[in-house]
Amino acid sequence: MPTSTDTDCVIRLDSLSMLYPTKSGGTVQALDDVSLSVRAGEFISIVGPSGCGKSTLLRIIMGLSRQTSGQVTFGPSDDTHRNQLGMVFQQPLLLPWRTVRKNLLTSPDLHHARDAATHAKADELLVMLGLEEFGDRYPNELSGGMQQRVGIGRALMHDPRILLMDEPFGALDAMTRDQMGLDLLKIWDQDRKTVLFVTHSIPEAVLLADRVVVMTPRPGRLADVVEVALPRPRRLENINTPEFGEIVLKIRKLLDSEHSAH
Amino acid sequence: MSTQTLEAPANSDTLVRGRRRRVPEITYSVLVFIGLLVVWQVVVTMFDISNILVPAPTAVAGSLVDGFQDGSLLTHSVVTLKEILVGFGIAVGSALVAAVLITQFRAVERVLFPLLILTQTIPKVAMAPLLIVWFGIGISSKVLTVALIAFFPLLINAILGFRSAAYEQVEMLRSFGASRMQVMRHLQIPSALPHIFAGLEVAVILSVTGAVVAEFVGSSEGLGYLIQASNFTLDVARTFAVIVVLSAIGIALHAAVVQLGKWLVFWTATPTDTAGEV
Ligand SMILES: Nc1ncnc2c1ncn2[C@@H]1O[C@H](COP(=O)(O)OP(=O)(O)OP(=O)(O)O)[C@@H](O)[C@H]1O
Ligand SMILES: [Mg+2]
Repeated sequence: MPTSTDTDCVIRLDSLSMLYPTKSGGTVQALDDVSLSVRAGEFISIVGPSGCGKSTLLRIIMGLSRQTSGQVTFGPSDDTHRNQLGMVFQQPLLLPWRTVRKNLLTSPDLHHARDAATHAKADELLVMLGLEEFGDRYPNELSGGMQQRVGIGRALMHDPRILLMDEPFGALDAMTRDQMGLDLLKIWDQDRKTVLFVTHSIPEAVLLADRVVVMTPRPGRLADVVEVALPRPRRLENINTPEFGEIVLKIRKLLDSEHSAH
Repeated sequence: MSTQTLEAPANSDTLVRGRRRRVPEITYSVLVFIGLLVVWQVVVTMFDISNILVPAPTAVAGSLVDGFQDGSLLTHSVVTLKEILVGFGIAVGSALVAAVLITQFRAVERVLFPLLILTQTIPKVAMAPLLIVWFGIGISSKVLTVALIAFFPLLINAILGFRSAAYEQVEMLRSFGASRMQVMRHLQIPSALPHIFAGLEVAVILSVTGAVVAEFVGSSEGLGYLIQASNFTLDVARTFAVIVVLSAIGIALHAAVVQLGKWLVFWTATPTDTAGEV
């Protein structure tokens, strides 16, 4: 798998390692020899215990942190799309002086691309995010979960080819969370972005993904990559099927064995 | 039964507190102030204190009215106000430019910052006599004294402000393809505003002090000059009148800055703040 030569491979990670220096002069190893090929249009979920380096992995792909060793390559090489990469951060990171609508329009504003179409899309997103009545409110008038939804909408507005999502549903209640997952799948189905989706919920990871990357506790290595060969479009009812249960169990066992090994 | 007895005092307590809040707190301040004026007036008349030591409030009021009627208070106020506004403006402009340069360019920071820390320890009013020697007895020496005094608190706060944006926010904007200028405009400038206004509030009051001190050192017009002139003629009531005018100028300028700040930095008014006022 790591040495896949797929022509439609959009991200290739080759033996990525990441060492963080600590204040006391030592180092923390966050990632150890992570290799992965991501195909175009693939939805990949990443699960792993807290602190195993999931955020670090996304940050390196995004170019916000520099790996200690290893390589990240994007392909196909002729792809010079401006919005190649977009990220939903673990915190909402909204700009407090911008209304919800204007926060959604952050990326179009930066690229001087605000027009009728972007406004219409922002309206659509507000509805999808369940925030249609909050377009003109300021972030400090919103709950944590609502702010996080705006953060998701802002990344969708950016419309990247590759969407990196770091626990985007972390602050949402179970019901909103399910609905947002299904909405995300709908959007993904429209233009088949490549999605890397970090989550702590195994059922959520399985419900959304083509493949689930399971990581070990620190230092983060790939325990396994689990194929999710369930038919699409996925529905919430899928969760109750035996096939689904099997995959969830398999991932849970992988995580458990890795935990007890440490 | 027991719950009722528990509830009753709690209820009446909130009622009392609610009723008390109907009267704006400023009412009490005004009443106390008037009370002090009355005591002052009574003490001065009862003990027949000399007008050249402590004039009665009525004498100060009389002097105020006279001063505005013969035009002297107004013309001198205009001079001082001009010194304050021009000096303050220069300080604001140069402090903001310096803060941007220092926070945007490491080299500038390395060279300038230690020097700024050093010069910050100099008592700026001590420079006023020098500025008079260099720039003469006219308005420019006063303007420069004001600018010098107002500059440092503004600069320090502006530097803090431009650095206050969370690193994650910068990364967020960069991830959407923002240029350095765009990060500045969309993030660093708005995040700096609350700090800049904190600096402005301090600086505007210091500006009034700066203008008066510079006029003390050497001048032929302005409210500081008027204080010295009336002290010389033992017209203490006039001195008090000028102090009243100076305070009024300070309060008005400060209020203007606060109001502008509230208007520009609207997002820091959190729901809890407003709840506290209800
Ligand atoms: N800037 C940093 N400096 C030093 N150490 C860091 C830094 N960022 C992360 N680490 C360390 O690297 C490890 C991985 O962190 P990371 O944030 O990637 O974990 P995570 O898998 O995203 O965890 P969580 O699920 O809790 O978000 C952690 O042990 C953390 O302490
Ligand atoms: Mg994380």
